[in-house]
Amino acid sequence: MSSSLPPTHLAIALDGTGWHPGSWLQPHSRAAEVFSGAYWTDLAREAERGLIDFVTIEDSLTVQGASPLDPTPVPGQGRLRGRLDASLLASFAATRTEHIGLVPTITTTHTEPFHVSKNLATLDHVSNGRAGWRVQVSGRPGEAEHFGRRTIPGSFDPNSSPEEKSARVGELFDEATEVVEVVRQLWDSWEHDAEIRDAATGRFIDRDKLHYVDFEGDFFSVRGPSITPRPPQGQPVVTSLGHATVPYELAARGADVLFVTPHDDADADWILAEVRDAEARVRTAETPLLVFADLEVVLDTPGSSGAERLAALGEAAGDEFASDALIFTGSAPELAALIGRWRGRGYAGFRLRPAEHAVDLPAITSELVPLLQEAGVFRTAYDQPTLRDRLGLPVATNRYATAS
Amino acid sequence: MPKQVILGAHFPGVNNTTVWSDPRSGSHIEFESFRRFAQTAERGRFDFLFLAEGLALREQRGHIHDLDVVGRPDTLPVLAALAGVTEHLGLVGTINATFNEPYELARQFATLDLLSQGRAGWNVVTSSDAFTGRNFRRGGYLPREHRYARAESQVTANRHLWDSWDQDAVVADRESGQFRTGRDGDFAYTSHFFDIHGTFNTPRPTQGHPVIFQAGDSDDGREFAARTADAIFTGHGSGDDGRAFYRDIKGRLARYGRDPEDLKILPAATFIVGSTDEEARRISDTVRRQQVSGQTAQLILERIWNRDLSGFDPDGPLPDIEPESHPGALVQGRVQHVKDPAAEVARLRQLAADKNLSLREVAIEISARQNFVGSPETIADTLIESVETGVSDGYILVPHITPGGLDDFVDHVVPILTQRGALRSEYAAGSTLRDNLALGGARSATAWEAGSAAGLAELAGHELAGHDLAGHDVTERRASA
Ligand SMILES: Cc1cc2nc3c(=O)[nH]c(=O)nc-3n(C[C@H](O)[C@H](O)[C@H](O)COP(=O)(O)O)c2cc1C
Repeated sequence: MSSSLPPTHLAIALDGTGWHPGSWLQPHSRAAEVFSGAYWTDLAREAERGLIDFVTIEDSLTVQGASPLDPTPVPGQGRLRGRLDASLLASFAATRTEHIGLVPTITTTHTEPFHVSKNLATLDHVSNGRAGWRVQVSGRPGEAEHFGRRTIPGSFDPNSSPEEKSARVGELFDEATEVVEVVRQLWDSWEHDAEIRDAATGRFIDRDKLHYVDFEGDFFSVRGPSITPRPPQGQPVVTSLGHATVPYELAARGADVLFVTPHDDADADWILAEVRDAEARVRTAETPLLVFADLEVVLDTPGSSGAERLAALGEAAGDEFASDALIFTGSAPELAALIGRWRGRGYAGFRLRPAEHAVDLPAITSELVPLLQEAGVFRTAYDQPTLRDRLGLPVATNRYATAS
Repeated sequence: MPKQVILGAHFPGVNNTTVWSDPRSGSHIEFESFRRFAQTAERGRFDFLFLAEGLALREQRGHIHDLDVVGRPDTLPVLAALAGVTEHLGLVGTINATFNEPYELARQFATLDLLSQGRAGWNVVTSSDAFTGRNFRRGGYLPREHRYARAESQVTANRHLWDSWDQDAVVADRESGQFRTGRDGDFAYTSHFFDIHGTFNTPRPTQGHPVIFQAGDSDDGREFAARTADAIFTGHGSGDDGRAFYRDIKGRLARYGRDPEDLKILPAATFIVGSTDEEARRISDTVRRQQVSGQTAQLILERIWNRDLSGFDPDGPLPDIEPESHPGALVQGRVQHVKDPAAEVARLRQLAADKNLSLREVAIEISARQNFVGSPETIADTLIESVETGVSDGYILVPHITPGGLDDFVDHVVPILTQRGALRSEYAAGSTLRDNLALGGARSATAWEAGSAAGLAELAGHELAGHDLAGHDVTERRASA
């Protein structure tokens, strides 16, 4: 592995008892604890033991579906069903970890951007600069019915025409782009030194350093300023997952990190090229997107190979595992080799989705990480306090800051 | 054995209570302050920590208010973080009923309750002013008379969502391959404000339903509390005024099939602990002057006059102009407590004449009253007596220093309360906030609705019999029930 490239970044995607629907049925799954704080604390700490950059926490406004590919809720009780609110989970875990970045999923479709902004700013305050956000749109009619404020015709409905679909998807992503923009503006709406505590004049803040964002978009308007002072990172790290041009453009407009899902080397090149194209078209930020490859991970264990484990998990779930991402089965050295190859092709990092948290997460921290460290491509200590710094993102400048 | 005193600790928010210029005053944003404050309250075996909320920065005379603490972290993430560093303390957050949606709120409160193992509470407040609304997608859209109807509907919708999973639904039973038995999250709720249905995806909270608080003083607000809340956060904290409020609220409960113990009355209270009563009074005088500078005094009286008073000398007499009775845009983002400005101004003029007070001194009189001032013994005795004589069921203490302002109370007053048998000597193992407040188990959403409907029917009967409730209120409530 060449070391002229920057070290690679590693994220762990946390979801339920693991990404395989059969994972909860395995003996060590701790499935009964999945709605407790202790369970998530342990996962975050295990990832932190492996010096992982950050964990993402999946969320949605509906019960889990047949697979990550088809999130339409299915009847029946054979799947893990239910979630805790990811952003609150992240705040809870923040007090029980020290270094790891915490990146909850929050939808842009049914939430109030003002709430999202202060929620994430607060996660950044309680974690001392370790907050991120996984932006997600919600295109399912059922989720809209949970709110009753708007109807969303089935944009992911296989029966609608391609034109209908793409118009609806386009609209959801345009709205999401606005949400990300106004959330970022609200983070800037306080300059970092607005609190002056000037006893002589009796002023607690310098109100000239607070700003009305007065955002007027196609979908909503927001006045500001935020009620929550500027977060420690200035701008928490914004991430999103994409499988096509429209979401690549969302990321290129507003995100710092994009997760993509290549399945082989050719895919890896082609997707990255498409992302760079999207950036050339729409990105205004000076720094390029950090592109991470998502990988489902089913590692070899002393007892059975990854492939055998995958088969057993499939049998438990009563279904073959369908995923948007490459399902990696094999040894830690093989995974390290894949990471090395794609790193060479321009991937800044990898978001690993453990098939079983109880098995694959410790395998990542105890086997994969040391291999990458030996190869000189992964950190050996946490030496950057904030998530932005760790990812090599520039200091967030405040669009309102006056040069005084 | 005296009655148990309920104690809440209010992390001071953005009012002029906080003396931020005091060198002991720390950050009100950094999590370390919240951790320290919460752990002190827990050391004092308090029932809960309490956070207020405002969804827009306050303005006066067209400017962001800059004299008091400005800015605060988001309520629920802070409480979730505190759940990670405390074990027993209840975590009560003020969350607006108008600018939130049930599905999202019910998930967040269920999550907080599960993460804290049964310590979540929700202080339901209402706001519909267009000023706050401008921060939200939908804008300022709710006329005043609909606020409590929406609040009630909001809470009811949340309760239906919490009820949609059985308490013991999650079994993760590997043998049978069933992840979950029992109810599967299906819900449907329709009212004037919401038309929602589907499947809820967060398990039932540990307490069944988090504890519901109410704050708001109008007749509508009190009635909403009587129908819907487990506790009231109020400003009526002492003497005959407190007793009258207490009787009024407790008297409203029977109509909804509830007992007086089902709704706890918890006034906000400030305190100054001294080694002697005399010392405490001295400190109190100093603190009150720190809380109300000349500029702050002008602004406080502007909220009554509804006029710009910046031209009046704080050390001079009260303004000789009459108040504007219809509040305009002078003050934004603040709770308006003054119902009849002319009467209030007359009262203040009398007060100033009787005691020979300046403008600033009048503002101090009305805004910086310390509820409990004295030696630890005096404070403990007064507190116990207030609870014994039906002023309140306990207090929510608001210190004037962040975050260390609870120390004196916990170190000096709490031991006496404990000794007198008015406060637990330790938390009962595994107790929830609901247990600590002696509220009994959660009633189902449908039981609340039935109680409410019965009470409303009775109210309507009263109205027909000539009672003085405005007709539109009753219809409004019927529509929402
Ligand atoms: C003691 C007290 C505390 C309150 N705290 C808050 C608060 O933290 N946030 C908020 O938005 N409203 C707060 N309110 C406002 C009430 O929810 C309500 O909007 C207001 O009192 C008007 O209703 P009313 O006419 O029934 O009093 C508070 C009210 C009272 C009386």
